Amino acid sequence: MRAGVALLTTCALTAATLAAAQTVRVTGAGATFPYPIYSKWFAEYGRLHREVEIDYQSIGSGGGIRQVTNRTVFFGATDSPMTDEQLRAAGGRLLHVPMALGAVVPAYHVPGAGELTFSGDVLARIFLGQIARWNDAAISALNPGVRLPATAITVVHRADGSGTTYVWTEYLSKQSAEFRRMVGVNAAVRWPAGVGARGNEGVAGLVQQIPGAIAYVELNYAIHGKIAYGRVLNGGGERVKASVESMTAAALSGAATMPPDFRLSITDAPGKGTYPISSFTWLLLYEEPKDKVRGRAMVEFVRWALTAGQGYCADLGYAPLPDHIVKLALAAVDRIKTS
Amino acid sequence: MARRAPSVLFGGATTALASAVLVIVSAIAVVLTIDALPSIRRFGLEFWSGTVWDPVTQDFGALPFIWGTLYSSCLAIILAAPIALGSAVFIAEFAPPWLGQPLVFLIELLAAIPSIVYGLWGIFVLVPDIRRLELALPDALRQSPFFSGPPLGLGLLSAALLLAIMVIPFTASVAREVLRAVPLAQREAAYALGATPFEAVRAALHYARSGIAGAVMLGLGRALGETMAVAMVIGNTPKISLSIVQPQYTMAAVIANEFTEAAQPLYLSALVEIGLVLFAVTLVINALSRLLIWSMTR
Repeated sequence: MRAGVALLTTCALTAATLAAAQTVRVTGAGATFPYPIYSKWFAEYGRLHREVEIDYQSIGSGGGIRQVTNRTVFFGATDSPMTDEQLRAAGGRLLHVPMALGAVVPAYHVPGAGELTFSGDVLARIFLGQIARWNDAAISALNPGVRLPATAITVVHRADGSGTTYVWTEYLSKQSAEFRRMVGVNAAVRWPAGVGARGNEGVAGLVQQIPGAIAYVELNYAIHGKIAYGRVLNGGGERVKASVESMTAAALSGAATMPPDFRLSITDAPGKGTYPISSFTWLLLYEEPKDKVRGRAMVEFVRWALTAGQGYCADLGYAPLPDHIVKLALAAVDRIKTS
Repeated sequence: MARRAPSVLFGGATTALASAVLVIVSAIAVVLTIDALPSIRRFGLEFWSGTVWDPVTQDFGALPFIWGTLYSSCLAIILAAPIALGSAVFIAEFAPPWLGQPLVFLIELLAAIPSIVYGLWGIFVLVPDIRRLELALPDALRQSPFFSGPPLGLGLLSAALLLAIMVIPFTASVAREVLRAVPLAQREAAYALGATPFEAVRAALHYARSGIAGAVMLGLGRALGETMAVAMVIGNTPKISLSIVQPQYTMAAVIANEFTEAAQPLYLSALVEIGLVLFAVTLVINALSRLLIWSMTR
């Protein structure tokens, strides 16, 4: 009897140990911009593979880069490609793996104006505080037939450092030398005009409240917050609205010059139907992970996200990667040494 | 002799625990200073007087944040102190228990609300109301430096009002307990001399003045460090302005907003130095309040 109990206990313990050993926990940190799609992916993948738990903290791209460089997390995520200097500071070769496409849109609150079109130059001048009223000639010229009010423009920008700000300032700096000189490109910048709000949701909330407000938000916040967002003139002079198709067009056009390390900006991408304020979002993975078990689990996850997982993108306001780029990304992931 | 051992042990234990507080405070100062060293070396004393905060050009100055922190906190305590002290006097001196107890409960409930909830309430309720108020301001007032600027709703006034509501429970609770600690003999003596209730309360307030000053200072300290709620309504614009309707910025808010994305070492170090400045400012304010209390009781 006693021996039986002992045997049972041993069996139970062994089973518990085995189960614990089989569960692989991977932690990551980084960008907030792709957080909705990442959390969807981790949840869906967790349902298919109960032995893998991926824990992702959306603390911002800069924080993600810092933590993955210090190896306090296993993987990072960013919306702004790491600089050469940052890559050198990492204690090993870090891969940028593109995971999805996102867009940043000019969202505004102009009662009675309907859908507006902006150009990069006009947006730069608005965000520099040089265009003060909605009925300014520069805005009217882009929107013939729209009766614009004389309401003062209130610029709302992100107060917290953000990949969204990086993409936005990167685009405006390409469009306006003055913007590049006075503001520059970064996740946090010194804004000459307007007020700062916290997070995409804070910015979206203020735009809804203040008549005359204009801001930049990630596409899905504009859609779900039911805020008007404008078309943007692309390099070919087309008035393009952010959508899965126009983001994909930008990625395809940019992919022609895709560098092997994937650090490519696709803002202001040339070509037909491209939305000019589109961006990749990347996972940061070490090419030679110290922990092979976690490395294998992560590679499996990335393979799934780049193939079956892409189907979840569109519903959340992101665009799936074009097939061509998926192939390149899968080939890059294969370089990760997991044995 | 043996009976003394526990009391020696007890004395030793409390000494150790008390010095732990000192160790923690010093450790905070040391760690902040070490992490802030690159920024201290780069900017020196100009960090305190610099008015530019530009992460792109890596040029950092803290003055607008120091200004915004002190301005919003002082305005908050000016708004909060009369309400907090009035409620403390009412509850301690006049209120019947059936009214006093629920009031105490309600005031303390204010302290239990998380600051993010205050912030959301600020954005969606307070800020629109402040905007309406700003739109209704007469032009003559708008000309004055205290009310100049576009009617955004966001800004120093919203932040100060929110802070005032948040610090009321701290100041009110301490002031109430201090007033309750005034010996009954004091009051009885006042009434025996023919004092009116007002005069008796004034005598009690005078007796408790150092404790009441401490209560107000506790509220001020709380306002200086409040982060999330302020970051949500102050407009986050580093600008030194007298105007209470313009967006400004505080030290705690800029740390909370920018820390996660600060990828460059100097930028991160400058944010840590902001923390160090906040630490120093809080220390100085506390020292001043001690001095004030000491000069009152001397």
